[in-house]
Amino acid sequence: MSAGLKLLAPGLHTTVQDLGRPGYQAIGVPVSGALDGVSLRLANALVGNPPGTPALEVLISGPTFEVTADTVRMALAGAGASLAVGAEKARVGSGRSVTLPRGELVEIVAGRQSASCYFAVEGGINVPLVLGSASTYVRAALGGLDGRALRDGDFVPLAMVSASHRAELRLPAPMPATGDQPIRVVLGPQQENFTEEAIAVLLEAEFRISPSADRMGMRLDGPLLQHRRGWDIVSDAITTGAIQVLGSGQPILLLADHQTTGGYPKIATVVSADLPVVGRRRPGDPLRFVAVTVEAAEALCREAERGLIEMLTRLEPIPDHHGIDLGSLYDGNLISGVVSGLD
Amino acid sequence: MTVRFLSAGDRALVVEFGNRIERELSDDVLRLDASLRSSRLRGVVETVPTFRSLTVHYDPMVTSRADLGRAIAGLLDRRSDPRSDATSWRVPVCYESEFAPDLAEVAHLAGMTPGEVVGLHSAVRYHVYMLGFLPGFPYMGDLPDRLALPRRADPRLRVPAGSVSIATTLTAIYPYESPGGWHLIGATPIRLFEPARPRPALLAPGDIVQFEPINAASFVSIRKAVDSGNYEVANEPVAG
Repeated sequence: MSAGLKLLAPGLHTTVQDLGRPGYQAIGVPVSGALDGVSLRLANALVGNPPGTPALEVLISGPTFEVTADTVRMALAGAGASLAVGAEKARVGSGRSVTLPRGELVEIVAGRQSASCYFAVEGGINVPLVLGSASTYVRAALGGLDGRALRDGDFVPLAMVSASHRAELRLPAPMPATGDQPIRVVLGPQQENFTEEAIAVLLEAEFRISPSADRMGMRLDGPLLQHRRGWDIVSDAITTGAIQVLGSGQPILLLADHQTTGGYPKIATVVSADLPVVGRRRPGDPLRFVAVTVEAAEALCREAERGLIEMLTRLEPIPDHHGIDLGSLYDGNLISGVVSGLD
Repeated sequence: MTVRFLSAGDRALVVEFGNRIERELSDDVLRLDASLRSSRLRGVVETVPTFRSLTVHYDPMVTSRADLGRAIAGLLDRRSDPRSDATSWRVPVCYESEFAPDLAEVAHLAGMTPGEVVGLHSAVRYHVYMLGFLPGFPYMGDLPDRLALPRRADPRLRVPAGSVSIATTLTAIYPYESPGGWHLIGATPIRLFEPARPRPALLAPGDIVQFEPINAASFVSIRKAVDSGNYEVANEPVAG
């Protein structure tokens, strides 16, 4: 019998995602992948997976499923998110792994702190790779489960039929709240197409994420940004995090599924270290921007990567209450790097 | 020619050659793209050629905009061939009315008969400037001046996959059903994008495309052959 999760309710927009599909933008294929790559990597680490293993991305509201494998080790990463297990809906918080047996009902409760959370299972979601990635790109039906978001009755195939025998892991500290810190941007590539006032407004005003936000991008409600030289440019490439400004003056922050090219000028680009933060912001949340240099943005990227890797080395085994010999677990490869990182 | 280096965040550097749709600019873009691909600079993740610029995606864990900018500046003077591996394609298109909802209107606006529009559109060897908008969607040009029309005032919510379209100085083919604002003057039975193919997108920037008019019966038979994997779009290497 194949291992999987049987969907009883799909959630608002639940898709299989990994770290994306780079290398094909020249032929019009967006990179896609997790909106919050940091949380995807944390969820995978908690179940012992390599960082880019295919997992579920849950947006706004989560799915409910039945475990249809002998045992499944799973973990959720996302501020304020939790698993509600069984009829009594026992809560398992995000930031730790848990292993559940066949027949268990699990609801992913996304909570109200973060727009996105990531659900990883040991061994990963077992879908075919398309152009090297399992990431779902709905618009061209690439990747994931038949190239679409999950639906009622779906069977999400898993790579492992039963969980390995080892301790569950948890983050050394709770998932940080998403906060409302300003999002850092590098101005450009087309800031010359805007008035000085428009740039000042971008960096001083508060915008609000429109309800129509999706994986392609988020429209930002707030003051309009005036173009200096007309709003249509000869199409050029778009990068994730670009803030393009429509003819009306409304900015759109482009996310993982954005088109690879476009003809609107881009006033600024969110630094890569802050893209996961943007991926956690919910429709209706405020957004403010602050400009940094590209050198500073590159340094922020390196610092964020070092911080994440350091956190991954400090995952802690959760003491088992059923008499498992922790000493033998400490000798195992799976957590050998963890012990030295404990305070 | 003034080349400008523009930052698009901390993971992409835009090398901008100009601000127009012209063959010379496109050749500059594709020449740098070829040089960059062959030089395999450390930290370059991928490159995206467009009408007028080459966007170089990089990994800031491995390189920096400053180092990359210097390395790219050193490649700009290379006289590499912008289309050394380009292919010339003959793409079958049915221009009959059931496949061409906007042909009559285009003919009216251009002051000619539908047959004359088809004759003009299929006489040109088009340059593939870039792919974008959707996987495999080619922006090709240049259209004969007499066919250059603005986009439709009311874009369609659903353009069928395979639609051959024109707008401004360009012609394109929709690989997928999607919204679209271009004038639909025909349809091709071939597939422009199939992820399982060794070369997922049929066309590449720098390729040449000429359209070959076919009738509705040929459209149906070619579509059948395509569906059963027994059709190859006529092609040959672009000479020199």
